[in-house]
This record gives sequence, structure tokens and C-alpha cells, in this order.
Amino acid sequence: MHDRTDPHPPATHWGGGVSPVGTGWRKLMMWWFIITDGLLFAGFLAAYGFLRLAAGSWPERAQMFHLEFIALMTFTLITSSATMATAVGAAQLGNRKLALRFLLLTLLGGTAFLLMQAYEWSTLITAGATLTQNPWGPPAFGACFFLITGFHGTHVLTGLIILAITAVRTARGITQAEGIEMAGLYWHFVDLVWVFIFTLFYLV
Amino acid sequence: MADTVHAVEVHHTPAGFLRRYVFSMDHKVIGIQYLITAMVMALVGGLLAMLMRLQLAFPHETWPLLGKIFPVGMEGGVMKPEFYLSLLTMHGTLMVFFVVSMALLSGFGNFVIPLQIGARDMAFPFLNMLSYWVMVPACLVMLASFFVEGGAAASGWTAYPPLSAVKEAVPGSQMGQTLWIVGMALFIASFTMGGLNYVTTILNLRTKGMSLLRMPVTVWSLFAASLLGLLAFPPLTAAAVMLLLDRHAGTSFFLPSGLYFGNQLLENSGGTPLLWQHLFWFLGHPEVYVLILPALGITLEMMPVFTRKPLFGFRMTLYCLGAITFLSLIVWGHHMYVSGMSPYAGEFFAIGTLVITLPSAVIGMNMLASLYGGALRLKTPMLFAIAAVVFFGTGGFGGLFLGNPTSDIQLHDTYFVVGHFHLMIGGVTLMATFAGCYYWFPKMFGRMMSERLGKLHFWLTFPCFYGIFVAMHYNGLQGQPRRYFNFERYEFLAGVREPQFWITVAAFLLFIAQVAFLWNFFYSAWRGAPADANPWQASTLEWTTTSPAPHGNWAGEIPEVHRWAYDYSVPGQAEDCTPQNRPQSVAPVTY
Repeated sequence: MHDRTDPHPPATHWGGGVSPVGTGWRKLMMWWFIITDGLLFAGFLAAYGFLRLAAGSWPERAQMFHLEFIALMTFTLITSSATMATAVGAAQLGNRKLALRFLLLTLLGGTAFLLMQAYEWSTLITAGATLTQNPWGPPAFGACFFLITGFHGTHVLTGLIILAITAVRTARGITQAEGIEMAGLYWHFVDLVWVFIFTLFYLV
Repeated sequence: MADTVHAVEVHHTPAGFLRRYVFSMDHKVIGIQYLITAMVMALVGGLLAMLMRLQLAFPHETWPLLGKIFPVGMEGGVMKPEFYLSLLTMHGTLMVFFVVSMALLSGFGNFVIPLQIGARDMAFPFLNMLSYWVMVPACLVMLASFFVEGGAAASGWTAYPPLSAVKEAVPGSQMGQTLWIVGMALFIASFTMGGLNYVTTILNLRTKGMSLLRMPVTVWSLFAASLLGLLAFPPLTAAAVMLLLDRHAGTSFFLPSGLYFGNQLLENSGGTPLLWQHLFWFLGHPEVYVLILPALGITLEMMPVFTRKPLFGFRMTLYCLGAITFLSLIVWGHHMYVSGMSPYAGEFFAIGTLVITLPSAVIGMNMLASLYGGALRLKTPMLFAIAAVVFFGTGGFGGLFLGNPTSDIQLHDTYFVVGHFHLMIGGVTLMATFAGCYYWFPKMFGRMMSERLGKLHFWLTFPCFYGIFVAMHYNGLQGQPRRYFNFERYEFLAGVREPQFWITVAAFLLFIAQVAFLWNFFYSAWRGAPADANPWQASTLEWTTTSPAPHGNWAGEIPEVHRWAYDYSVPGQAEDCTPQNRPQSVAPVTY
């Protein structure tokens, strides 16, 4: 890396090797970031487990959620991971047009997920659930649910912004395959976190 | 590691004062910026400690001048208890995060890593600059908290709820606590940006021949510490978010039912302060290793240079660093023996804590063995390095008593704890920071710091620091509790009054002695004796370039590495130091 304002850019830079983990520093840095971000959710989910165990009773999930709807949400998000993987694959093969098409499909899936989540939130809020209240039992449920799904939703939104920028830059031919792959890593991570949230809030 | 061939690179110094010294992307400038910021924060943190010591030694005196400076906290020149709580909270927070962490990881991490591994700069210089300019508002927010209504946060550096979660608890629980959380959030953001850079730079930007096992021990320790920080800080971020919601959105993550404040029952229910303690100490314990690992690395780095013999047990030291890094993530519960945690969990944490003393002791022994039989050059950096070894031994000994629940239940929350952690994460780290400053100063500014002033600084700092905190161990054994602003009314503590007075005298002497350091640092930066490229005759890569190192670190090609970092006194060689870039055909490798 070099100072971009440098009036006399040097011919070559030492951009780093790939040893010992077989990947360049950009992708490696993304991996490390994903690990730290994963630990953030681990902190939240551990706190949720702690409070749920301490609460004794916990509201019946079928009472609060429309599980078929949640299944559809989850399916949409997982599908967007598949389209993302296709976009990365296409970019690696040098097919920019196909990559762009699948990036847009991923954007579509992510946006649909967010809209469905907004619908779910509004249903719960109409029923009387907030950060501090929960009509079905312990208020800790409301606090944990809105905090954790809210944080995840923010991550999805961030991912969508990153994907939108990547799509524009891909269309203009600026972003290379590695850039799309890194955006993809983040997107898969956001989806993976949802799998944990789905399991811990809706299934158990 | 170089898998591609180096081309000759030319790096031009950015033009203009702002680009060069303020919004710089050069890792060396950023490192020095961090070091100087840490010095400013250390002065503030030190002054807070002086105020506390003044109160503890002279609880009945009035200080009209201080009353004018702190019209609320010291109204009429008499310290209020809640002001004392703010002082100790901010002293701890500033010293742990904004002084030691900043100087060792951000300061030396930035300055030393690329120079020692043979890189032009950090992997992502822009992120590096951003990390510093997020740290500046973090510092300002923390300092600003003294001037809001209710004063600075008063719940200790651990910010235990309900004190930190209920605004009515103490005056400092109002705006001050909120600013504390915001300041910490900014700090964590900055630290994460820095840490990502250090870890990827160390792994990927090493020069040709610099295999992992040829990296100097400082780089290894910084790698372990950055890794640990990256893993441990996120759960604290999660906890801080929940604390913020408890304070401002009415949730009850950390607040149980039945809490009374000011004769009013709070509405909260369902939470538990124990949750905060677990989340906090999951960070808090690794954090002390984040502080002490680079300190140990720097101390070890001094040994071969100033004894002129190879570092003893280099590989074993690395294995021990790894073991400590792993174990430190699973021993946080030893801060919570008296919290009502299950005794079985206590057993687990106690065993983990005693196990972690083993690699620590091996590192200590390697330090002593590195000293043994060496041709000692007692320059100022070496004096401070030896002091760090002394503190590590003494402080570590106290740790055995605190790691064991049976004795910890007696010693918990006494001055024994205060003495212990000041020796370890205050003493070892500060001594290593000073050692590092004196050692790398020529590479930073191209000038030497004064040896005479350095020795004066050392001979005032070391005995005062040691005396203060060893004496605190004895006071703690007598049962003196920490965080009290006045001990006059406790009959059983009559024995600690005289030591209290002498601790205060030593503390003031210690504080004044730092003037010698600051003067030496800033005067020498402009007027010190010019330094040549390798003033200590050391073998690591940073000494192969000019002092100060140019933008891009090496004027020509990056040096290629042919040997491990500590080839000293190789038999048959004219010089007693073989630099890392000397080919094996010229000088044999000893390790």
C-alpha cells in the first residue's frame, strides 16, 4: 500500500506474500474481522442463554412467532448465500456480467429478508412486545430478542450496502474477483449468524 | 514471507506538515503519535493517583487551592467520597487502556513491527491512521467526563452494575458513566483497527527469509497480544451495548428485581450483575495479558543486546507465549471467587490459574538464564529491563495467593490485590515501556537520550515503584480494603496509617521523577547526541537502516534475512553481534 497522494508513485510495492495461511493480507484481515464480529454475537448469545436459564420460565415460541413465516425468511437468506457463492464463482471465472447478475439477486434476497424482518417486528410490537415488555412472560425475552435480531438486522443492512457498492464497482469494472469474494465472505458470515439466532430463538 | 521477488522500491516522503506529522500514514509517525498521547494520558492518570494519595495520607487536611481547581469534587478543599471514587475509576481506566495498552501495543506495535519484520509499512496504512484518529476522540471523551454534571464515572474500571447501570446510584453514574461507555466503545473500535493491522502485517508482510521462527520475540509477543485483544474485546462491546440499554432504554440485562435507590424500588427485574462480571472479565483477564505479553517481549528483547549472548530458550519462550495466550482466555473466573459463583466453577478457574503460572514461570526463568553469564552492559534500557524481571518475579509470587480461592477469599478487595496488579500490569509494563523508549529512541529521532538523566530516572523510579506496591501487599494482609476514601474510623487498621504516609511520600517522588524522563525525551529529540544506525550493536532488522528510518523504512531494497534474531558472540567472528541479514556463508548460524 502506498500514499495515494504521492506525486511520484514507485514502480512496485512490497504488498506482502501469502505464507503461512495461503492467503493475501486483505482476505486474511477480513477473516480476522469476521472472527471478532462473530465473538460479538457470541457475547450477545451467551448473555441471552444466561438470562434465559436464570429466568426459569420462558414464553412458548409457537405463541409468539409464525414459524412458517420465519422458515420462509431463513430460506430467503440462505438462498441469497447461494446466489452470492455463484457470483463469486462467476467472478473467479472472469464472467463479470454473470457475477453482476448474481450480485443483484443477492441484493434482492437480502432486501426481502430485511422487509420480512420489519414485518415480523411490527407484528410483535403490535402485540405489545418491546425492549422492556413482553406480554407472554419475562421481559428479558423482549430485551434479548430485539437487541440480538436488531443487531443482526443492522449487519444485514451493512452487508447490503457493501454488496451495493461492490455491484456498482463490478459494473464499472473496478472491483476484481477478490473484492467480490471478500464481500461474499462477509455476507456468508451474516447468514451463518442468522442460523444461530434462528436455532436459539425459534427452535429451542 | 516473500514468495515474490523484491523490486527496488522508492518511497517518497509525503509533502506538507499535515500529511507528514498529523494525518500521517507512516507507521513510525503513528507509533510516535501514540507514544506521546500515552504520555499525556499517563500524566493525567498520575495526577489522579496523586490526589488519591494526598487524601489517603492526610484525610483531615483541607487544600484550598485544590478546592478552587475542583469546585464540586473538593468543595472547600475537602475531598468528597464520590469524587474519590471517580478518581480511582478514571485512574484505572486511563492507565490500563489509554496508557499501558496504548504505549505498548499501539505505540511500540506500530513503530517496531514493520521495522523488525522488514516491511515498508503496515498492511493497511489508511486503517492505521484511522485507528489513531479514532483514539483521539476516545481520549477526549474520557477526559471530558470530568466536566459533566455528577463528574466522571465512579464504578471502578470494571464498571460493575448496579453502580454503573442505575443513574441514581452515585453522582458519577449519571452522564459520566455514559461518556465512559462511549469512550470505551471508541477505544475498542480503534484497537480493533490496529489489531487487525498488526496481525495481518506480521503474518503476511515479512521480508524474504523472515520465517516465523526467525521473528524477534517482541514481534511474537505483539502478535500474541493483538490476537488476544481481538478475541477478548468483542464480548465486552456486547456487554457495553447492553449496559447502555440498561441505562437509557429501561432494560434489565444486569439489574435484578428488588433494587432500592434513595428509598425507591426500581422497576427492573430478570437481570443479574453476575452476567456483567462474566462478560467483563472475559475481556478483563485477557486484557492484562494483552498488556504484559508485549512487556515481556520487550524485556526479553533487551537481554541478548545488553548481555551479548543469545536469548536463552527462545523456542520454549514462544511455546510459553502460545500457552499463556490460550490459557488466559479460560481463567477469567478467578476475579469472581467471592461473587457467589459455583464452587465447582471456582475449582476449574483455580486450576487454570495455577497452570498458567507454569509458562509464566518458564518465561521468567528464561529471562534469568539469559542474564546468567552475560557480559552485562548496564545501559538505561537494560536497567529498566532488569527492573521488569524483578517486578515480574515479585508480582507473580503474589499472584499465587490470589489465584487460589482459599486465600483469595481473605485477600479479595484488599490492598494486596492493588499491590499485586500494580506490580504486574503497572510495574512490569511501565518498566518495559521505559526500556523500549530508551532503546528505540535513536531509531525514532536519530538521536540518543541522555544516559545520565536516564540513570537518574531509573534510580528514582525503581525503588519508589517497588516500595509503594510491596508495602501495599502488607497493608492488604492486615485487611485494608481497597476503594475506601478514609481509613481513620477503623480501629483495626491503626497499623496501616504510617505505611500509608510513606507510600504517599514515595508516590509523589515517583511522579516527580517522571519529569526527568519527559525532559530527557523531548530535549533529546531535538538536542540529543546524534545516533548512528546501530547504536546498541543489535542484530535485529530495524538497526540495518539509518536512524531515523526514512519513509518506507529502507532507502534501497528491503534486507533479506538469513538467520534467527539473536546471533550474539558467534565463535570465530570478529564482532560479537551478527545481524539477521548477514548471509550464512559469512557467519555460521548458532540456533
